Amino acid sequence: MQIYLPIAELSLDLFVVVGLGGVVGLLSGAFGIGGGFLLTPFLIFLGVPAPVAVATGANQILATSVSGTLAHWRRGNVDFAMGGVLLGGGLVGSTLGVWAFSVLKGIGQVDLFVSLAYVVLLSVIGGLMLLESLRAIRKRGRTGTGNRAKLHQHFWLHALPLKLRFRQSKLYISAIAPVLIGLVVGLLAALLGVGGGFILVPAMIYLLGMPTSVTVGTSLLYILVVAANVTFLQAYQNQSVDVVLAGLLVIGGVVGTEIGAWIGARLRGEQVRGLLALLVLGVSAKLFLDLVETPTDPYSLAVLWKE
Amino acid sequence: MPVVLATLIHSAIGPAAGQPLVADLSSHLVAITTGFAGTQVLLFGAIEEEGDVVVLVRGPGTDTVVRRKGKFWGLWVNREDVAFAGVPAFYAVASSRPLDQIAPPTLRARYQLGVDRLRLSPVDPAATGEVAAFRDALIRQKQESRLFVAEVGKVSFLGQRLFRTPLDFPSNLPTGTYSVEVLLLRGGEVVAAQTTPLIVSKDGFSAEVYDFAHAHAALYGLLAVVLGTLAGWLGGVVFRRA
Repeated sequence: MQIYLPIAELSLDLFVVVGLGGVVGLLSGAFGIGGGFLLTPFLIFLGVPAPVAVATGANQILATSVSGTLAHWRRGNVDFAMGGVLLGGGLVGSTLGVWAFSVLKGIGQVDLFVSLAYVVLLSVIGGLMLLESLRAIRKRGRTGTGNRAKLHQHFWLHALPLKLRFRQSKLYISAIAPVLIGLVVGLLAALLGVGGGFILVPAMIYLLGMPTSVTVGTSLLYILVVAANVTFLQAYQNQSVDVVLAGLLVIGGVVGTEIGAWIGARLRGEQVRGLLALLVLGVSAKLFLDLVETPTDPYSLAVLWKE
Repeated sequence: MPVVLATLIHSAIGPAAGQPLVADLSSHLVAITTGFAGTQVLLFGAIEEEGDVVVLVRGPGTDTVVRRKGKFWGLWVNREDVAFAGVPAFYAVASSRPLDQIAPPTLRARYQLGVDRLRLSPVDPAATGEVAAFRDALIRQKQESRLFVAEVGKVSFLGQRLFRTPLDFPSNLPTGTYSVEVLLLRGGEVVAAQTTPLIVSKDGFSAEVYDFAHAHAALYGLLAVVLGTLAGWLGGVVFRRA
């Protein structure tokens, strides 16, 4: 069944769009990522213009992260203090990002920038996560559970001034660290048209030293607010948010998220991290191949102006 | 429409009205509604004396840039581009007989009969080099997206004077004012021509959404945020109950 999308200006199959939302929601609920890094390229593949795909992706991510945040909040896995501090940087970063996106689009080559940024970021993050989770799985197999000497490693980032206590994350660290991380992630999120969870979750685990159980819910809270900010700014500046498309994606998304949260709750922390690492590496490999492989059609069209 | 139809039938069957060619569309408006999945508009008409009929459908003109990827430090990136002016957003042609049998090359070029005869010239007249390769790519991609119809449609005659042809429009049809040009050819010459406009516009819910998004961008943005939050929350509540 075809349905016309008023802002994207084309018709798509209803079930394909709802299904896509469901798959992305599943990943979101299980891993605490928005899933935008899968959603945006898929929408473009279906023929949705890139600016509409990026902006509408933010709207869909908003909805799925609301239901994801609620699901994790009910399980007591959201650190609101940490989320608030991260968002202090995140709102500034994402606003800068929306602005930088339109500047880069004007210069051209924004696609190349986005692809390269993805490949570098995803490979580094995915690789590190995979190594760490494999080590954790192997260690668990050898020594049994509950053998932990230290909660997390302390280093210079934590020792900066303005120390705050984050009860739920069991941390007493400088507020500057999460503000900076929030800023960088927000900037990248708006530039790449994603929620930023795939960068934020590893940063929370490895840079801040938060326990895995809290990172997923807290990351979803952060994504929720950043996605709301990006949705509003994209609609206001570029008129590129398609609410019909977003609505269909959301219908699939909320169902997927709940199933995902249920699966996530039944996996061990290192298993979640290992699976997410594999997913991140897979997407990175795909994007890299697209850049180096001889394209089937080297030509592309863009309408500059219409009567 | 009944009035138009009656006039048409009258002029076609009735005594010679002095018009060599009359034609009309079954609808002058293609309304893109929420369920739009492409549509068909019927073009019908009559001619006074025997001849061949060619129908040209052209969408609004656009400036379209064609980019070509090249290898740069091992990566495929957009390296060259040529912008073309006056590229029709949509193009289709239908004919009662194969075009090369009824129209000499000069006529086909003048009236741009057939995708291969479209005048696609670079915005920058100084553009040199492989403009032809870019033009071919433009036509090929437009054909792949069904916005240039590759096959010449069939104008069929009912008897000797009444003709009709179905005009098919795909679901990704761009909005704007289209022109439907009907040509009557005899002996390799255009003896009569008629142009009818066809409006393609969003209608109903999709038009309202589009207009609202552009007229009240801030409010639309807020609404998108509220709707997204509400939908997510609703989903969460429903699942907690279940």
